[in-house]
Amino acid sequence: MMEITEGSHAVAEAVRLCRPQVIAAYPITPQTHIVEALADMVANCKLDADYITVDSEFSALSACLGASAAGSRTYSATTSQGLALMFEVCFNVAGMRLPIVMSITNRALGAPLSIWNDQQDSISLRDSGWIQFYAEDNQEATDLHIIAYRVAEDFSILLPAFVCFDGFILSHTYEPIDILSQEDVDKFLPKFTPYQRLDAADPISFGMYATPDYYLEFRYETDCALKRAKGVIQKVGKEFGTMFGRDYSALVEGYRLDDAETAIVAMGSICGTVKDAIDEMRDAGKKVGLLKIRVFRPFPDDEIAQALSKVQRVAVLDKDISLGSKGAVALEVRDALYKTGIPVKGYILGLGGRDVRKKDIKEIVSLVEKGIGDQFFGLRKELL
Amino acid sequence: MVDKAIELFDCGHRACGGCGAALAARLVMKGAGKNTIVVSATGCMEVFSTPYPETAWKVPWIHSLFENASAVASGIEASLKMQGREEKVVIMAGDGATFDIGMICISGAFERGHDFTYICYDNEAYMNTGIQRSGATPYDASTTTSPSGSCSFGNKLPKKDMPQILAAHGAPYVATASIAYPADLMQKIEKAVRTKGPCYVQVHAPCCTGWGFEGEQTIAIAKLAIETGLWVNYEMVDGKVSKVKKVVRKPVEEYLKTQKRFRHLFKPTRQDAEIAHIQSIADKNAEKYGIDIKLKKE
Ligand SMILES: Cc1ncc(C[n+]2csc(CCOP(=O)(O)OP(=O)(O)O)c2C)c(N)n1
Ligand SMILES: [Mg+2]
Repeated sequence: MMEITEGSHAVAEAVRLCRPQVIAAYPITPQTHIVEALADMVANCKLDADYITVDSEFSALSACLGASAAGSRTYSATTSQGLALMFEVCFNVAGMRLPIVMSITNRALGAPLSIWNDQQDSISLRDSGWIQFYAEDNQEATDLHIIAYRVAEDFSILLPAFVCFDGFILSHTYEPIDILSQEDVDKFLPKFTPYQRLDAADPISFGMYATPDYYLEFRYETDCALKRAKGVIQKVGKEFGTMFGRDYSALVEGYRLDDAETAIVAMGSICGTVKDAIDEMRDAGKKVGLLKIRVFRPFPDDEIAQALSKVQRVAVLDKDISLGSKGAVALEVRDALYKTGIPVKGYILGLGGRDVRKKDIKEIVSLVEKGIGDQFFGLRKELL
Repeated sequence: MVDKAIELFDCGHRACGGCGAALAARLVMKGAGKNTIVVSATGCMEVFSTPYPETAWKVPWIHSLFENASAVASGIEASLKMQGREEKVVIMAGDGATFDIGMICISGAFERGHDFTYICYDNEAYMNTGIQRSGATPYDASTTTSPSGSCSFGNKLPKKDMPQILAAHGAPYVATASIAYPADLMQKIEKAVRTKGPCYVQVHAPCCTGWGFEGEQTIAIAKLAIETGLWVNYEMVDGKVSKVKKVVRKPVEEYLKTQKRFRHLFKPTRQDAEIAHIQSIADKNAEKYGIDIKLKKE
């Protein structure tokens, strides 16, 4: 059913439709509207879940870990400082192969304190073993939660997943959104069946320690599972498309890329602005296209190499920076294109909520055409 | 009644000979019974009981991190409730995990009132990482981060009163126990597990390696802690102290002398003022809990 609703509310509806049994979350801007909506659903018997009002994000994810190990579908949501506080638990959840789904309303990390959007928070957890989806708009954010549970809980995967969508830009924006019915979602996402669980009738030990004789293999197998998720996302995303008309089988999605000479690579809500800028540049005769990365973990290296095989140059937009190095997305795109020799330039932009406009995208295109890049973009020179 | 003959914490683990914590685990499991899910915090017990692919636990067991056992247990309890399952949740954490790094998670979990039993096996320091001080380390104990030296008598900070802190959270049942009194310990665990809500049992578990004594002395030393009044066994039901273990008190010196962590109080020179201060700690305990058995005058 189409509804004009706020991104956070639409996501909360999607989470409700996934029937999580245990929710543990701690409020932080701009995630609050999601968890408030879920608490309200529980309080009004619209959602049969235990909502644990934890003392911190650290406890939130730890409680989800316990609930997941005991055999429940679980959910949390956070951002920025909250995600940073979960750092240790994030690695633990992935290592223990628990299929927890968590929304990340992407926000900058302090200092300086900033409640506004960039993607430094989830990108900083790229090595933690979580699947990472990035949504361009609220319909996608909503649908990806339902897909995330299917992928995470698949017995060949058993890994947790972030569904990332830009704080405020998406979380607080009203858009018309198709909210699926419970009946439809139940058909797509079956009741939760844990692969194994804490159970007095069948005791097993979870989270044992591994000596150097075993640790390397644990990491290898987790990496294999994360890489296998590519195929499962493609399959599940296609199935979603068949059932509901919106296909999410592609890990990366091209926009006017077929004959493009210059490709822009981006993640999240900025893709909308880039598409508009591309339309205008195309009207002016410039052959520019976009490659949107929807899945950042597992990293779609082969898919990127294939999608960009015919372009002459690539501009990567990073709403993050590995300080002392470069933007994380640019580094990995360059690695994916290494064999092709196609030049890749990175642009760090939009950090801490700095607005990015169509004219900025056009300027980046002219910079990459001149071979200028691997730099911050949009700095206010008068402040430096 | 739980069948005490069943061993749910099995032999073959890697604890030191004479480890008080291993004994605590065995006794706690006898008290808790097999319908139990155990959550461990990082520390000696977790490490010596579960070197992959072996485990000493014959009940479902989970370890996540050093400081989150009570949050993990909260999630487990919520999950069991949602599934309509009846297993009991028991946390086993060291004093470092409990008194120090786990405090925020513990406070939150006790405030929320989850139905679990939190057992702190108290060996009075971070043993797993090499005997560093914790909030449970007693006054003047020499540890690797509070070493005695030419201008130090060891740990200068008092032992934190965790039972009182958790009773203040509204915990319906709080108790202290000792591996030297197994029947009392098992009974307290049984009671804690049976009581609805978050319960806390702090078990004195001497560590031969960390405290510096021979492994066969563990129980004797635990007993001396009680007999000198440096450890008091009691219960707190709804915040009120009851069932205090009374003793005919011995001087604290008899306890201190048995352990290398207090050796600097006797050698090279006897430190009367320090020993007197520790005696005053025992005296305060005795007064606060009324542990002294008054012998009738002839
Ligand atoms: C966040 C974090 N900090 C530090 C450590 C290192 N560490 C592991 S066990 C431990 C001490 C455990 O002490 P305690 O809880 O008293 O248990 P014990 O080993 O004495 O049985 C420490 C400091 C850790 N694992 N995680
Ligand atoms: Mg300890």
